[in-house]
Amino acid sequence: MYVAVKGGERAIDAAHRLLARARRGDRSLPPVESAQIVEQLTLAVDRVMVEGSLYDRELAATAIKQARGDLIEAIFLVRAYRTTLARFGYSDPVETREMKLARRISATFKDLPGGQVLGPTFDYTHRLIDFDTDEPGSDDASPDHAYKERAATPRVAELLADEGLIERPSDSIDGPPADITREAPTFPARRDARLQTLARADEGYLLSLGYSTQRGYGRSHPFVGEIRFGEVDIEFFAEEVGFAVPLGRIRLTECEMVNQFKGSGTAPPQFTTGYGLAFGQSERKAIAMALVDRALRAQELGEECVAPAQDQEFVLSHADNVQATGFVEHLKLPHYVDFQSELSLVRLLRAEFDAAQTTLAREAAE
Amino acid sequence: MSAPIATGYNFAYLDEQTKRMIRRAILKAIAIPGYQVPFASREMPMPYGWGTGGVQVTAAILGPDDILKVIDQGSDDTTNAVSIRRFFQKTAGVATTTHTSKATIIQTRHRIPEDAVKEGQTIVFQVPIPEPLRFLEPRETETRTMHALQEYGLMHVKLYEDIARHGHIATTYAYPVRVNGRYLMDPSPTPKFDNPKMDMSPALQLFGAGREKRIYAIPPYTSVVSLDFEDHPFERGAPDRPCALCGSTGVFLDEVVTDDKGARMFVCSDTDFCERALMRRTAPEEIA
Repeated sequence: MYVAVKGGERAIDAAHRLLARARRGDRSLPPVESAQIVEQLTLAVDRVMVEGSLYDRELAATAIKQARGDLIEAIFLVRAYRTTLARFGYSDPVETREMKLARRISATFKDLPGGQVLGPTFDYTHRLIDFDTDEPGSDDASPDHAYKERAATPRVAELLADEGLIERPSDSIDGPPADITREAPTFPARRDARLQTLARADEGYLLSLGYSTQRGYGRSHPFVGEIRFGEVDIEFFAEEVGFAVPLGRIRLTECEMVNQFKGSGTAPPQFTTGYGLAFGQSERKAIAMALVDRALRAQELGEECVAPAQDQEFVLSHADNVQATGFVEHLKLPHYVDFQSELSLVRLLRAEFDAAQTTLAREAAE
Repeated sequence: MSAPIATGYNFAYLDEQTKRMIRRAILKAIAIPGYQVPFASREMPMPYGWGTGGVQVTAAILGPDDILKVIDQGSDDTTNAVSIRRFFQKTAGVATTTHTSKATIIQTRHRIPEDAVKEGQTIVFQVPIPEPLRFLEPRETETRTMHALQEYGLMHVKLYEDIARHGHIATTYAYPVRVNGRYLMDPSPTPKFDNPKMDMSPALQLFGAGREKRIYAIPPYTSVVSLDFEDHPFERGAPDRPCALCGSTGVFLDEVVTDDKGARMFVCSDTDFCERALMRRTAPEEIA
């Protein structure tokens, strides 16, 4: 009797030892190495980097291993680590026109400058489980052709912009860009803050919201102008030396969505855009992000805001899976005290209800 | 109580710039009692909803000489309290205690200790939803305006509707308070039993909401009034029995189900208070 009140520390230690054992699994099998995860679970690594908001393949792989493959848990590990890193400054904007492309497709033009480059994709594969993937010798030994150096490849939106058929992105924003990791959000949020929030938003959440716009809840008539995936150079302007210093290369997926716009009193009919950008090869994320970005522009474009995906406060406040999972799962924490308070209240209300019923019954009998 | 201090991390985990940012928010919060100050909450190595706001506030105010007490549901020994206490042992190497009177900083979830706090002590509350109006109005844009205009009629209407429907105000925890005659404030999900302890408290009370990125404060000796009506005054809801273990009265009790036949016992929610009350009763000379 009355055992649950003490003993928390020992129980926690024991639970963590069990976790370590469960993580390792059957010890007769070799352990997975983080390097293998980097190379062979590439897309999981990409997702952890995007939503963890930290580009570090090895760190993401280590987190995936530590999290037993639970990607949200891995994202959480990366985010918590990110907190401890010093902030040196902001890189120069990356130029995706000069991306070393591994893949680039457009759904709006059959052919276009730079061409259609399929690259590594699940598209057009038959989703048949290949029972031979564990067999030795099943690896494709042909050389890797990814990430070709190319001349700058113009984006589809630029092609339409020449005719004035599509909105031109505004060149600048007032003041420095937002930084959602350094400021608490305010509403209405500027587009730079919205895009940052969407970039680290949960992929499944964006997918469902984007999907909802396609099904009529904030319809935006989208076309994939283009998706490109490849490597870009990152440069940092160092005040001390007075020029931009290359920091390295990162892989990005960029999606430009082209959407219909009927025009308004002040703007002619033209196409508008939604924008998606993600680390690694994260196409689903980039497309969904572009759909939601466009939906969130409803107010700015004078469209009626009726659908969930168009509601800034709703979309942006619930997009972060580290926040969401923490708060949802905190329901596992003890709530004895609050529950006790509620229990007392319900008992009181019940007693009063029963007393009233008795009085009623007595009056009826009389 | 000494544990090896984690290497590779700054004192109390957060870097000094982040701590300064949080301290600025805390200072502003103290200057405007009950006002929710936005701050750039960081990801912490424990989940949102598990005390990240409180942990960041504690990390920002913690010094090497502080003595830390961490409670959850009134107890020092619940899993999350253990976890947070260990976090600061590991990252800051500070001394910890379970004794309310010995602590300089008390981080808490859902309770205020039974022992009276004193000047110089700081209570850090973990807050899930800082906005008292949130469940009446989900939009931040609206609630900020309501605070600016002191437009708190909505909350009074809610409490009135409770009385009309149930005969009582049916809010038992996170019971709304008015701080310093100005801001409506959520006392965090502490039972309303603890609300009067906030009023004119000699201790500094800080509230951190990590996920919602808000900090607010009640400076020492500030009025904190639980909302009520003249004909329906605030009721504290004190338990009608003594603790089954230590016999204390007028304290908040947890209900413990002892078998599957409906047997229950009611014991102190504040386990440190209960233990010492028990010792006083059984071996009074050993109490320091």
